Amino acid sequence: MSGNNGQILDAHTVAEIEHWLGKYPPEQRQSAVLAALRAAQHQNHGYLTVEVMDAVAEYLGMPRIAVYEVATFYSMFETKPAGRHSISVCTNISCMLNGADDLVAYIEGKLGIKTGESTSDGRIHLKREEECLAACCGGPMLMVDHVYHENLTKAKIDRILEQLD
Amino acid sequence: MTDDGITIEVNGKSLPARKGQMLIEVTDANGIYVPRFCYHKKLTVAANCRMCLVEVEKAPKPVPACATPVMNGMKVFTRSPLAVEAQKSVMEFLLINHPLDCPICDQGGECELQDLAMGYGRDVSRYQERKRVVGDRDIGPLVQTEMTRCIHCTRCVRFGEEIAGLRELGATGRGEHTLIGTYVEKAMESELSGNVIDLCPVGALTSKPFRFSARTWEMRQMSGIAPHDGIGSNLHFHVKGQTVKRVVPAENESINEVWLSDRDRFSYEGLYSDDRLSTPMVKQGEEWREVDWMTAFEVIKDRLGLILNAGGPERIGALAAPTSTTEELYLLQKLMRGLGSNNIDHRLRQTDFGDDTEAPIFPWLGQSIVELEQLDAALLIGGNVRKQQPLLNHRLRKAAGKGAAIMAVNPVDYEFNYPLAARIVAGPGQIPAALAGIVQALLEAGRTLPDPSAAALLNGIQADANHRAIADRLLKAGKAAVLLGDLAMNLPGLPAVRYLSGIIAAMTGARFGYAGTAANGSGAWLAGAVPHRLPGGQPSPHAGLNARAMLERRLSAYVLLNVEPEFDCHDPVGARNALGGAQCVIAITAYRTSAMNFYADVLLPAAIYAENEGSFINVEGREQRFGAAVRPQGEARPAWKILRVLGESFCPGAFNLDDIEAVHAAIHADMQGIEPRNLDAWLRPDSLPWVNGALQRLTEVPIYSGDPLVRRARSLQRTHDAGDGMAHIAPGDAGRQGITNGDRILLKQGGETAELPAVIDARLPEGTLLLQAGNPACFGLGPETGEIEIGRA
Repeated sequence: MSGNNGQILDAHTVAEIEHWLGKYPPEQRQSAVLAALRAAQHQNHGYLTVEVMDAVAEYLGMPRIAVYEVATFYSMFETKPAGRHSISVCTNISCMLNGADDLVAYIEGKLGIKTGESTSDGRIHLKREEECLAACCGGPMLMVDHVYHENLTKAKIDRILEQLD
Repeated sequence: MTDDGITIEVNGKSLPARKGQMLIEVTDANGIYVPRFCYHKKLTVAANCRMCLVEVEKAPKPVPACATPVMNGMKVFTRSPLAVEAQKSVMEFLLINHPLDCPICDQGGECELQDLAMGYGRDVSRYQERKRVVGDRDIGPLVQTEMTRCIHCTRCVRFGEEIAGLRELGATGRGEHTLIGTYVEKAMESELSGNVIDLCPVGALTSKPFRFSARTWEMRQMSGIAPHDGIGSNLHFHVKGQTVKRVVPAENESINEVWLSDRDRFSYEGLYSDDRLSTPMVKQGEEWREVDWMTAFEVIKDRLGLILNAGGPERIGALAAPTSTTEELYLLQKLMRGLGSNNIDHRLRQTDFGDDTEAPIFPWLGQSIVELEQLDAALLIGGNVRKQQPLLNHRLRKAAGKGAAIMAVNPVDYEFNYPLAARIVAGPGQIPAALAGIVQALLEAGRTLPDPSAAALLNGIQADANHRAIADRLLKAGKAAVLLGDLAMNLPGLPAVRYLSGIIAAMTGARFGYAGTAANGSGAWLAGAVPHRLPGGQPSPHAGLNARAMLERRLSAYVLLNVEPEFDCHDPVGARNALGGAQCVIAITAYRTSAMNFYADVLLPAAIYAENEGSFINVEGREQRFGAAVRPQGEARPAWKILRVLGESFCPGAFNLDDIEAVHAAIHADMQGIEPRNLDAWLRPDSLPWVNGALQRLTEVPIYSGDPLVRRARSLQRTHDAGDGMAHIAPGDAGRQGITNGDRILLKQGGETAELPAVIDARLPEGTLLLQAGNPACFGLGPETGEIEIGRA
């Protein structure tokens, strides 16, 4: 694998990893694994491949399997190709009481995909969100590419989806 | 009781304990059973299965016994209604996703989950929903996965990190989607991988070679000793009828703890190879004929008798495998010396016998196996300890984990499963110079030479940063060791390597030891299976020929004990020619090979391994005896009995040894008062071995090619560690010749040629070509070391 880093992780990703490594003691490089995977995923169009994870493992001096464990544990990492835009609908308690499940069904019907899938044109990935996104006072809510949209209605969802290229 | 001694009360009984112990350690030590899955005494505490919940007075809820430190006066109830209710609830959760199809599971009958479900499970499942199903990946030829059965105890994951030093299995996903596995399709590469089979409390990880071939209640458990490396791991054979179905470790804290290397665990497959020899056979003309034992012995008496009369006993030589038992080796040398020949040797791969006289009484580790853990520094010279002596390496790894500096001087930059503090990679001919550099660094650090005449060897030797780093760590260590590996023993210039290693040990106060070559290398020396020493290490009045000389001198007759010279000798071609040209070759062997058909005259079927009885002496000098677990196959007999009859036919009255006890007693009479000492004597070479610029051949024995038994273990031969059959070339050497990976290249050695695919191997120093012993494509080439030429085919 040595020598592949230069090709797999680009300069921006490496700079980002180095930025995070600077925050931790030098003998604890694996502390930067979440930040490194986030940067690597961003570089790789929103999802991680085995090659990308292996490159991160080698860069940080971690066993490969330990990186796979992290990447598969956290829901913000995708390990399969995903659409350009990521939509997460919160279905935790406050949003659920405000009708989030209906909204998920509405989006699924509109896009023709289930949660965890991407549209065939590669435009939208509908994430299976597991966590409360901490916007309970504005529920039901969803997140598009790290931007929150609160107090959702079906009409509002239509507008949000239309704006995505 | 020591200062940290405290007392706790368990189920109303007062128990002594130490501060810092976990509750489960105290209950285990006192025979109070607490159910568990994830806890294992050799692994860190995970506390994730929750099966060991117990009630502790004043605690608001049940606590896990594996992760609860004891406190003075603590009152614990392991069987109270609260504890049992908690345990039953955990069991119900564990069984939610676990299949309830024990009759078709290979673990059935020896499953911790099944056992505990009998004690703690409900008769009827309340769970009516779908169970999860997990797809399996192929993780290699040794371990079978059935991950739907996994209960996520993570013992196998922790084993990889903490014991094997190689994280191969992991827990990917989260919550209900958690999977134990490799994530990618990948075979396990650890030389200790089979231990996860024992660790797995359910049927998720089981033995692939054993799979579905027997049930635990059909088998008897018999004790044995592992027959490969010089550690002598304790093991159990699981025997059905008269067949060894599998091998598992037997606990011995001072040798193998609870572990077993894959080689020791799976080599039993070699017992059932198709080429087992089942009856004595005699060659008449070109025809092989099956005969009874008496006929075979008569033929031997006639044919050896002719040679004795014509050429005298010195025309007969004996080559013995160092995996033979002490009793076999003792009787073989007694037979040879009874005939009047000292031509006996077990050092089949050794090429330089220059310091035989100075060699220690047996190649001792220099300390106990346990003491390796307490080292502060160790210098390994010439050996792939991780793969060849996995459980010695395990002790060194533990020491490294506590901060010890483990260092290596190796002809190949072998991979270790812990960081090396320093390393020097030097070609086979340059190792003495590398060691001289360390001696020079020690001189510069103010140490004096134990042998002032050694100064002559240091002319022109410069100490570099690596030499100084190694010298520095050895000097700073409270406890240090210098260990010679098995590769070093077979290099030309062994006397120089041994001498300089000894000097380094003496200058640093380190213990000098040998990592061991084979199961009974120690026993072979002590039994007198060397040409210059009698049993008990007494010098022989007349030294015979060593293994190499016996083959080079082309004797008239050879006796082979468990040897396949085409695989086991330093010069396979020379061995084949010598044996082929001899008038009489008697092979005491468990297997019949096509090479034997060519060179042998009499084949005597021997019992091996589980069929045999006797003893091994391990690298520590510890003698371990074992009995037969199964009957020998066909007409095969233990070799000690064969040798006794042979001895009796040539030297009537001298071999009056009725049973193995009598042989054993005879050996012990010769071994009184032996103290292992490695640093008593050494031979100073006149100069360091001279190296010209020619490419040097180095031959390593792949770890599953070291002896006839393991070479026939089919599953091991399919692993990553079996030889790749390639010619390994250093990047610089390959570049000069324009050779790239996969090219077929032509090897020329001593007028012989062979064609092999090449692999560029960055572990090699320039000027060194690495081949693997036992590769049929190399049979045409000369000895295992020496100059070699390469070119494109």
